[in-house]
Amino acid sequence: MRQDIGEGRGAGMRDRPSGDAALLLLADSRLPAGGHAHSGGAEEAVRLGTITGPEDLARFLRGRLATAGLVTAALAAAACELAAATADHPAEPYGQADGDGNTPDAGTDADPARPWRRLDAEADARTASPAQREASRVQGRLLIRTARRIWPSAVLDTLAKAVPEGAHHPIALGAAAASAGCDPYQAAMAAAYNSVTGPATAAVRLLGLDPVTVHRLLADLAPALNDAAHAACASLIDDVVPDGAPQNGPAHNAATQNGAAAKTRGSGWPALPGHTAPALDLLAEGHLNNPMKLFVS
Amino acid sequence: MGAQHDDLHDAADPHGRALRLGIGGPVGSGKTALVAALCRSLGPSMRLGVVTNDIYTTEDAEFLRRAGVLDPERILAVQTGCCPHTAIRDDIAANLDAVETLEERFGPLDLVIVESGGDNLTATFSRGLADRQIFVLDVSGGDKVPRKGGPGVTTADLLVVNKTDLAPLVGADLTVMSRDAAAVRDGRPVLFTSLREDRSAHSVAEWVTSLVNTWKHANDHVHEHTTPTTAA
Repeated sequence: MRQDIGEGRGAGMRDRPSGDAALLLLADSRLPAGGHAHSGGAEEAVRLGTITGPEDLARFLRGRLATAGLVTAALAAAACELAAATADHPAEPYGQADGDGNTPDAGTDADPARPWRRLDAEADARTASPAQREASRVQGRLLIRTARRIWPSAVLDTLAKAVPEGAHHPIALGAAAASAGCDPYQAAMAAAYNSVTGPATAAVRLLGLDPVTVHRLLADLAPALNDAAHAACASLIDDVVPDGAPQNGPAHNAATQNGAAAKTRGSGWPALPGHTAPALDLLAEGHLNNPMKLFVS
Repeated sequence: MGAQHDDLHDAADPHGRALRLGIGGPVGSGKTALVAALCRSLGPSMRLGVVTNDIYTTEDAEFLRRAGVLDPERILAVQTGCCPHTAIRDDIAANLDAVETLEERFGPLDLVIVESGGDNLTATFSRGLADRQIFVLDVSGGDKVPRKGGPGVTTADLLVVNKTDLAPLVGADLTVMSRDAAAVRDGRPVLFTSLREDRSAHSVAEWVTSLVNTWKHANDHVHEHTTPTTAA
């Protein structure tokens, strides 16, 4: 069932409104949620001379999409799925395996905040740079603020309460997507799209690049965006296929500890990707030390 | 609320929050100097918060903190990613977040001032961010600026023309500026200042005080009085 999410056009989708229009609103750079002030490392890359023109920028965007873009797409898809699940079955425990091993009073089964904190922790674990964590949480907080007014929902209220300092941006994006009527694939697409459009726009502003040239670069990335969104949804599986591929991070550890329980929905997200981009981490940290910076990140 | 609330500070504020005053205008016109002057004048009698929108990170915020006109913690800086007007008009999320952070930390407040980054004549504050706004020009940009209009000059609740001390040096005719501004502003007020000579911005502070008092006690009238009728 969950592997079919990527197709998203099954019989089950016909009786509910398509989220396509909502996706356009959500991914639009005009969405008033504070994204315009973030360059995703592009400003620091420009300052260091790593991005000097369209060719450099194309490589930067492709690399960003393959790493941070894919990870945020998967997190957004997971958040969207979680939001839909908890909206449909608000009392059903989610993200908590039988024999989880956690202290019994660390949140009851019925605590709706718990799976959100857990998914947010998955995002934290995949964000090595403190500067990036902060930038992600600020954007997440602003997005939730905006989305709660545009697409009010119990899920967004729950998320805002669960992570009061601001959920990571892809988590907020996934929850907002679900509230807007998008499915996980669309949430993943919005996240992947955001991961390259923000830096591209920043480069246009900072270097005075031809905006049409830069939009052509983005158009060239369209197939890769589709692939990223599909891969993101494919990662929403209940169990890790033991193919010998190394799996790191808390999701994997949780799955291992849970053993047989990993096959249940409560096992968390054992297959979420954890691709890192050390260069992006370094750019984010370096950016903080630039006294003349224009963008927040 | 039928009860009378005479105590300014403990009154049940009809809005449940501080008045939000936007201060916008071109680069170098004296926005930060005006914010500093208002903090000097109003700080002793009002609970204030300030949000700055800088071109480069925290330049204005640091200036205000160094000026010692307000508890440094009550000054928050918002970065705007090359687009100061976007942050006050099209996407106000970061500024609203900063305003509400100040109110949560130090509230209740009487007045939160949001200073925009220096921008052009078309930059105005969203009504979702600022309840009232001041647009600051200076005479050294030339006495034709009010005639050129633009939303800042024509629609701001108060137009401040600063650096009047420079008028003779740059050949600016204040009478012309006053007449032209009146012609495009539909009766809304204009004040001339020299913040270098009057570091407490006396006349502007009076105008703001009156706004805040009206906001706290009889908000229905303030709308009729200073909001363009088309806004409703």
